[in-house]
Parts: sequence; structure tokens; C-alpha cells
Amino acid sequence: MTLRDKACIVGVGETQYTRGPGQSIMRLVLQASRNAIADAGLNTHDIDGFVIPSPFTLQEPLAANLGIENLRYSVMVNMGGASCVSALQTAAMAIASGVAETILIPFGWNGYSQVSVSRREDPASRIPLRENAMSEALRNYYAPYGCLAPMHFYAWLATRHSELYGTTSEEMGQVALACRAHAQHNPRAYMRDRPLTMNEYLASPMMASPFRRFDCCLETDGACAVVVTSAEKAQDLPHDPVYIMGVAEGHPYPADDISNRADFFRIGLHHAAPEAFGIAGVAPQDMHFAQVYDCFTYVVLLQLEALGFCAQGEVGAFVRDGRLMIDGDLPLNTHGGLLSEAHVWGLNHVVEATRQLRHEAPLQVPDCELGLVTGWGDFGDGSLAVLRR
Amino acid sequence: MQEYTKPLPRGEDLHAEFYQFCRNHELRFQRCSDCEAWRHMPRECCEACGSFDWSWQPSSGQGTLFSWTIIHRALHPSFADDVPYAVAIVEMQEGVRLVSGLVDVPNDSLQIGLPLQVVFEDVTSEVTLPKFRSA
Repeated sequence: MTLRDKACIVGVGETQYTRGPGQSIMRLVLQASRNAIADAGLNTHDIDGFVIPSPFTLQEPLAANLGIENLRYSVMVNMGGASCVSALQTAAMAIASGVAETILIPFGWNGYSQVSVSRREDPASRIPLRENAMSEALRNYYAPYGCLAPMHFYAWLATRHSELYGTTSEEMGQVALACRAHAQHNPRAYMRDRPLTMNEYLASPMMASPFRRFDCCLETDGACAVVVTSAEKAQDLPHDPVYIMGVAEGHPYPADDISNRADFFRIGLHHAAPEAFGIAGVAPQDMHFAQVYDCFTYVVLLQLEALGFCAQGEVGAFVRDGRLMIDGDLPLNTHGGLLSEAHVWGLNHVVEATRQLRHEAPLQVPDCELGLVTGWGDFGDGSLAVLRR
Repeated sequence: MQEYTKPLPRGEDLHAEFYQFCRNHELRFQRCSDCEAWRHMPRECCEACGSFDWSWQPSSGQGTLFSWTIIHRALHPSFADDVPYAVAIVEMQEGVRLVSGLVDVPNDSLQIGLPLQVVFEDVTSEVTLPKFRSA
């Protein structure tokens, strides 16, 4: 039994992406969910399953607000920013097994109003933001020395990669520039009307070496939602179905301590990528686009290596010469990504991939037939979905 | 002594034991009693052989610089006076790695393999943090 092509994304929706004023997370999630359900040509009573990719939304009030009385399956996926793409795997499993038929995957948060601003007003209160698998290492071994946030501990990876392989700021900057350029065409993107040049990128202040300001993702408030159903049911719905052709999750080892890995650069995606491509029966080079979780520019570079686009240490050369731009070989984050559209834990990357494959994206990759979406979370948990028309 | 406002180790369970040795100016790591594998962070059992038997063994205190980041923007006000400061990963002779701070090591001198030696800083009357100086 394979998951290949058993389930399709049939509805996508989102809220506006803002920096304040914060609405409640539930209100944001409900708006996005209703938009996605309507986009699927369904009503809320058609939903019989939830796969919730964060601890911020509970199934009970979500079902109560949506009027869903016949919830047959509900589960939370809890691996940080890798959760949204991993949620596609869980949804496909539930559908393929017959446990549920039409699944809602919602994510929302106040990434600016509750996370960023509260840090400034009361900086001592949020190390880390939520108690999770990273807490033991962070609270006992990293924070006492001033390593307090993902920017700091991912910087360890970037520094060593740069020292060993010569990865440059300009090469990291290719990711920032591609995302920002694509965002100029996206009416939803927070950084629309703010183009970025390489000089401006290099001149931006250093935050934690080697990360400058424009290496770092946005902090925004908002929500996205996705509806997944069986391939059979998808044929009757308004939009071209987007097939989950292959999907997998993976974990680095040990997942709860980024500093003590035998292979420092081996991330969850190194495990998930061959699995997902294997299920799909396609190769990285077959992709028409890549929506890659871009919390930081370097994290995209590391994922491109893990995906198999190039050998370890060679991603710097791979991203030169405009390869990641809309008219390049591998258009990256055609909506602007977390770097330039909004930070919605990467569910916005799933939404964009769906619109690309429907041929309805604001900045359309011509004739695209298949593409990939990654998730990245916590200390390098990962996930990959290969999607097709 | 001026009040110390930086985050202190949460110090629960096995982590309390690690930091109790630091209080005595000893750097110790867990070592499996059956297969002699060293490990850090502290764990309940050995990933290699499965044994629940282990002891805290003294480290040589010698290591090399494995990676680092130099932080230019303090995310916590207690680090504001230290900026720009390095947070390092030190690879110990025993094979385990320890996240730590550097003492009297210029930021522009950092390179992979830099030899380092542990020192102990009594940051409060109850908590001592291991840090590293050039060896």
C-alpha cells in the first residue's frame, strides 16, 4: 500500500497578514478555515477530520466554532515549523486508510503581536516561547550563555558550513533576494513594495553571525488553512485537484540537542527527502518549483543540499546566477516565503504550491506540473511533500 | 555582588547533578558503566548498549572550538553589555560537545579547531558555569 496519489489538496485559504492589532488565534484560524472550506466548494459539516499542526489551536473549541459534530479523527502534529507539511502525511494516511475522508489542516498565530512585541516589552519571559522538546537543552545548556532563540542555534550550523565549505553571504543573499523579488508580485505579501538589492542586503545589520537582518524571516499575525480529501471525492470539487504524490517526515539525531550530533549537518529532511521522492517516483531535478521553509536564508541552503539538488557543501555554487528566481531553473518561494510574504509556519508554502499547480498563482511558474514543499522545525525536524496536478 | 540577571540553568533532575559538579569546579560527563561511552546531554540510559548503569566521570577539560556565533543584538537585556559576544560549541577530548562561553578569546580569532581549556565562573552564590579560555 502506498500513499501516492491517495489524497488531494482541494481547498486553501488564509487571512490578511499583518503586524497587529492582534485578533485571537481562534478567530484567525476560523477565518482561514472557512475560506479554505468554501474554496473547496464544501461546507463545514463536510469536515470529518482535523490534523492540527501546532499546540496553539485545540480541536474541541475549533469543532465547536465550526459546528462539526461528526469529527471521526483528530490529532496534533508537534514538530514546530515541520508540522504543516508533516500534517499532509497524517492527512493522507487517514484518508488512504478510510479513517476520515475530508480533513482540515489549520494554522494561525500572532507571530508579531504575541511573540515579537511581548519579547520587547518583557524580554525575560520567553525563553523558549513554549515548553517543548527543545526546552531541556535550551534552558539548561544554551540560554545561560546567551543562546536564546532559533537565530542563535541555527547560526552555529551556518558558521561551520561557511568555515568548512566557504559559503558566502552573497550566496545566502540569493535566497533573500529571490523571496523579496517574488513578493513584489504578491498582493498578500507583507514586503510587497519593498524591493531589496544585494547592496542593501549586505549592508543590513548583523544580528548573530552570519545572519544579518535580511537573512531572518518576518514576524507577522495571520492564519492559513488547507482542506485535503480523497482523490475520488476531489474529482467532484470546483478546483483542479492537487495530488499529494509523495510525503514524509524525518528527524535529526538527537532531535533535542542540536550541539551533539555525530553528523552536524544531517537534518530531518535528509531522511524525509528520499522517502517522499521515493513514494512519488520522481527526482529533485523534476521539480518545477520549490517552496522551502525559509526561517533563515542559510536554512534554505542546507535544505537544498538535503533535498539532493547538490552535494554537501556545494549549495553556494548551486544558487548563483539567478537559479532561484522565477525565470531560473528552480523558482524558490514564489509567494515570497517566510522571508517576504508572512510567517505562517510554512502552511502558506502549501497554499502557494497549491495555487501554482492550479495555475492560479499571482506569480505563475509557466506550465508547472509538479513541485515540492518542505517543513523545518525546532532543532531541524523536517518534512517534504511532492505535489502534482 | 551586583545582581546576576542572566538566565540560570533550570537544573532539574540529571542536569542538577551536572551543575553540582560545576559548583565544585569539576567538569564531569556521564559515562556508561558497561560500554564506557561518554555522553552529553545527560540521559537515563546508553544509546549504544542500552545499559541503565552509568557514573559521572571527570573530563580532561580540554577541547577544541567546533562552531560559534557572535551575537550583535541582545535578545535579553542582561546580555546587552556583553554585545558582541560569542556562544560556542566546544568539542571535548572525550568526544562530547558542550555549549559554552569564551573568556579572553577575541571574536576575530575564532576558528575551527582552536584549542580550549575549561574555567569555572561562580556567577551566583549557588551557580557556577563552565566557560573556556585559550589552551
